[in-house]
Amino acid sequence: MTKKMHITITVNGKEEEFLAEPRELLIYTLRERLNITGPHIGCDTSHCGACTVTLNGKSVKSCTMFVAQADGAEVETIEGIGGPDALHPLQVAFKEHHGLQCGFCTPGMITRATKLLEEIPNPTEEEIRFGMAGNICRCTGYQNIVKSIQAAAAEMSAAKEAAE
Amino acid sequence: MIPAGFEYHRPRDLEGVLALLDEHGDDARVMAGGHSLIPMMKLRMADVPHLIDLQAVDGLAGIEIGADEIRLGAMVTQTEIIGHAGLAEAAPILREAALQIADPQVRNMGTVGGNIANGDPGNDMPGLMQCLDARFTLVGSGGVREVAAREFYEAAYMTAREDEEVLTAVTIPRPAGGHAYEKQKRKIGDYATAAAAVQIAKEGRACASAAIAMTNLSDTPVFSEGAGAALVGTAVDAAALAAASEAMLGDIDPTEDNRGPVAFKRHVAGVILRRAIERAWSRA
Amino acid sequence: MKDEVDTREDRVANLKGMGCSRKRVEDARFTQGKGNYVDDIKLDGMLFGDFVRSPYAHARITSIDIEEALKVPGVLAVLTAADLEPLGLHWMPTLAGDKQMVLADGKVLFQGQEVAFVVAEDRYAAADGIEAVVVEYEELPVIVDPFESLKSDVVLREDTVGEDSAPIDGAHGPRKHHNHIFTWEAGDKAPTEEVIANAEVVAEETMYYHRTHPCPLETCGCVASMDKVNGKLTLWGTFQAPHAIRTVVSLISGIEEHNIRVISPDIGGGFGNKVGAYPGYVCSVVASIVTGKPVKWIEDRMDNLMTTAFARDYWMSGKISATPEGKITALRCQVTADHGGFDACADPTKFPAGFMNICTGSYDIPTAYLEVDGVYTNKAPGGVSYRCSFRVTEAVYFIERMIEVLAIELGMDAAELRRINFIKKEQFPYKAALGWEYDSGDYHTAWDKALKAVDYDALRAEQVQRVEDFKAGKTRKLMGIGLSFFTEIVGAGPVKNCDILGLGMFDSCEIRIHPTGSAIARLGTISQGQGHATTFAQILASEIGLPADSITVEEGDTDTAPYGLGTYGSRSTPVAGAATAMAGRKIRAKAQMIAAYLLEVHDDDVEFDVDRFVVKGAPEKFKTMKEIAFAAYNQAIPGIEPGLEAVSYYDPPNMTYPFGAYVCVMDIDVDTGVPDIRRFYALDDCGTRINPMIIEGQVHGGLTEALAVALGQEIAYDNMGNVKTGTLMDFFLPTAWEVPNYETDFTVTPSPHHPIGAKGVGESPHVGGVPCFSNAVQDAFRAFGLRHTNMPHDHWRIWKTANELGLHG
Repeated sequence: MTKKMHITITVNGKEEEFLAEPRELLIYTLRERLNITGPHIGCDTSHCGACTVTLNGKSVKSCTMFVAQADGAEVETIEGIGGPDALHPLQVAFKEHHGLQCGFCTPGMITRATKLLEEIPNPTEEEIRFGMAGNICRCTGYQNIVKSIQAAAAEMSAAKEAAE
Repeated sequence: MIPAGFEYHRPRDLEGVLALLDEHGDDARVMAGGHSLIPMMKLRMADVPHLIDLQAVDGLAGIEIGADEIRLGAMVTQTEIIGHAGLAEAAPILREAALQIADPQVRNMGTVGGNIANGDPGNDMPGLMQCLDARFTLVGSGGVREVAAREFYEAAYMTAREDEEVLTAVTIPRPAGGHAYEKQKRKIGDYATAAAAVQIAKEGRACASAAIAMTNLSDTPVFSEGAGAALVGTAVDAAALAAASEAMLGDIDPTEDNRGPVAFKRHVAGVILRRAIERAWSRA
Repeated sequence: MKDEVDTREDRVANLKGMGCSRKRVEDARFTQGKGNYVDDIKLDGMLFGDFVRSPYAHARITSIDIEEALKVPGVLAVLTAADLEPLGLHWMPTLAGDKQMVLADGKVLFQGQEVAFVVAEDRYAAADGIEAVVVEYEELPVIVDPFESLKSDVVLREDTVGEDSAPIDGAHGPRKHHNHIFTWEAGDKAPTEEVIANAEVVAEETMYYHRTHPCPLETCGCVASMDKVNGKLTLWGTFQAPHAIRTVVSLISGIEEHNIRVISPDIGGGFGNKVGAYPGYVCSVVASIVTGKPVKWIEDRMDNLMTTAFARDYWMSGKISATPEGKITALRCQVTADHGGFDACADPTKFPAGFMNICTGSYDIPTAYLEVDGVYTNKAPGGVSYRCSFRVTEAVYFIERMIEVLAIELGMDAAELRRINFIKKEQFPYKAALGWEYDSGDYHTAWDKALKAVDYDALRAEQVQRVEDFKAGKTRKLMGIGLSFFTEIVGAGPVKNCDILGLGMFDSCEIRIHPTGSAIARLGTISQGQGHATTFAQILASEIGLPADSITVEEGDTDTAPYGLGTYGSRSTPVAGAATAMAGRKIRAKAQMIAAYLLEVHDDDVEFDVDRFVVKGAPEKFKTMKEIAFAAYNQAIPGIEPGLEAVSYYDPPNMTYPFGAYVCVMDIDVDTGVPDIRRFYALDDCGTRINPMIIEGQVHGGLTEALAVALGQEIAYDNMGNVKTGTLMDFFLPTAWEVPNYETDFTVTPSPHHPIGAKGVGESPHVGGVPCFSNAVQDAFRAFGLRHTNMPHDHWRIWKTANELGLHG
């Protein structure tokens, strides 16, 4: 056991302060310390993306980040993206287009997709497949994930146009 | 997978980094994005009692496009390389290569400096930097020095950087002519079975200069002077391609792994090299 | 009343019953990060357990020193075999009738084997504790090849031999050698050999179906909580068969079954990985009993790939004979099965090689013989059905390769060879030479539809042109057309011949209708992504006339759900789906009596219509199921007890036999070995279709797992028994970038014996997909003389094929 550090991070808009060993992995901080269990652990080696969260505006894999590195950062997880009162269009589209089965990859998948659609608001199928390649799904074969993201993109673009 | 405990440091400036390195010697490691080091620590294959996180250190960020040279701060991420319009124009090979590294999340964390300094023969940036004849800026308590990328790599994970030095920036002469970064891998997130970085300049119908390096085909990146020389003065025809390939195959020394045995890797190296040269030439 | 203005069509739509693409009710929680997987469970005072694992594949343990580990802050206990022995728990029974060490008992038999269990306050302390345990090993000769194993003097399992290393008979009969596990035969040996010996055409081939792993995205794990005050054990875990786990835990621990509650929460994919019982479960239970606190154990990915539940690893030699016209006359198959250090296959007890005897495939083969030898080696135990029904994947791969090889031998088109040998529609029910009775099928219709959809003749013409172009130096890419026609055998199974450890493989459904016309149904199965809560409600909606949206489906809690054997082998729809329909029909039968009473007519004078009972000939006189439900509880009806509940335990009379026709078109870069899947067409016939959206999703997923297995996914060992593919860098799970779009299609041939005619679909695409991808690769090289090459077809192996055929100049 090593010396604990004082950590401050903002998760889904809420500031959290605690003492932690620097080696604590961000994914465990979220899941075990803060009870934010949406992000999951699938591979431990940054290949599968089940642990994907948004850190300071960028998609990252929280299994390959120490909590110490995230000290001072802003983190968003699936829980911050949308909930029962206001679902994110991606959450709606994944259900509508059967973009999930066991659901284990889904939080990371949707969290990553929110950023993909910021980077490329109307992605082609190829751009979706390339932009989502850091997230592995074992159930769906991706076809309906692609479809879900396309549908959400169309929905979001339409909403944006309507607002303008 | 849980790493052993360590003490974490997040210095604000280079002096702070150097002081920590001096104080802890072999017990300290600097970390940029951490996507090479953290998995090793989680597997307990790397023991790092003092971890120095470079994220807050001043002066390690930024992409500067000069008239003759490009400067990349060590902490520039692959994602920043991909998204930088000026860089895409000045040295498009950087973007082409960065897009073939890992996946979006990893590219958000993975840095130029980390990819270069780590010395992992699977990393793509070292070969690329050798192709571009980049120079690495190393800062230690004894001062600042520059080492050419082509002189930097000694063996797997062994480089010209001293333990108490930090790689702070990369300087790249603005490349001329056509480029290509060609990589064969098993899937997204894999290291190369073989990858080639090629930069070719053309004068009239002939090749004026050619720089060629390959990745993951030896315990260091392989810059093949012979392969480049084989193209210069030619019209990059079949004979020249064969000569370049032969020169490169004389310089690489792949080992068998899950990607395949040596004979396969040597064959694919030749194929990937030819494809890279042809593509670069078509753009020259 | 709204009902009166709704058309019949509206009423059908309102039910969201069978046949509609109902959106999944599970998705709300999963898309909002509110799933509840085992690692999400957090209990007061919960401890973490993790294993010290063997770095060696075969070694004697000379000492285990736990002293330093116990000094690590936060470490509470370190269990070894010596601690478990007094409890009789240092070994445990496997599902295959063998036994397996829970913790290394004097020696280790595979790399990664569980040696000691460190229990600590958190996962960090447990990891530090593991580092501090000192184990001394004396290395022993390592055997990773089953053929070598059968010749070796080295005895891998001393516990299975008597004097002079003489093998003691095993669970499946006599053993030929000290490293031999069983011989299993099906069919007629002498007649088969005679037909083959006298045949005009015989094709022979030996193929290796490599070892791989189901690798669900969530690894295995559990939380054990022993409540010493009340004497109750609760065990949450990634269990595909929670009830069976309860029984097994009871049998080995001595805790009475009513004092054990097993709960499978949400499961992050199973694919066969979560059928078996693993040392982690036993150690967690023991640790909870010892410490009096809940104990959690969760595998990391390396543990998962190295130790729990490999799949395949079959060496298959075949001979197939035919007339010169291509009519198959006999098939012989000999298998050498590498089971690793312990025989922990998850098969019905009477089938030590699973349903490998479905290997005559979709073809009318009059005579056949199968012989399987199981062998111990220094590899991990397992042998699970990775997205398939008990070795059907191996069987279908075998026959679909033998057909291709025979086509080459005959110089025939492989599609035509299949066509002339298919079992004909009028032959069903069809008694196959290796014992199974296929319930139904219409193979010719499916095959014709598939070939027409892809314009097969045009594809072959294009391929001929491509070969010419290649030979003329115009291209370096070859084109492969992969064909596969598969028959699955799912829905295990009839209790008369299917049990696991004596537990009959029936399944169950219990329905309780609430007074206001909504309902809860509980089943003995457990979804791992298949969407049971959605589809079983659809079956019920159609059966009982209440909207699917008003029906909750619950599974996985042994305290509340009726006993059942769980979800694997595509058995949920064939068995539990049937139980659901049958329970629904019991509800309906009672509802009919209530309706007749309310309508003041005789029972026989009312009939069921969508969501109500109507008086025959007077459709304006009716009672809706909602009204009937209310009356069932709240109206005194003479001769009928209150309430509306039913339970059904369904013992299927036969398996179901889904089938399908797949075509894959692939381009192959001869110089690099890189394949490019240009097109994939999949026609599935799973009988009655409950939810087309979910079927399509299952097909996409199964095909993708097939792609992975065919093109690179393997658990590879070096000669020292080291696992070479222990992380997702090397163990191939494709990303969206490597996966194509699939075209799906269907025919419908309902199962004649299943209450709703459904057959199951989850595994078909994997079973049919693997040979289809593999055949595409191999077909690309047929024009250059390739007969057969083994999977996985990763870049270097494809390149090697091209190289050996002289295609690199």
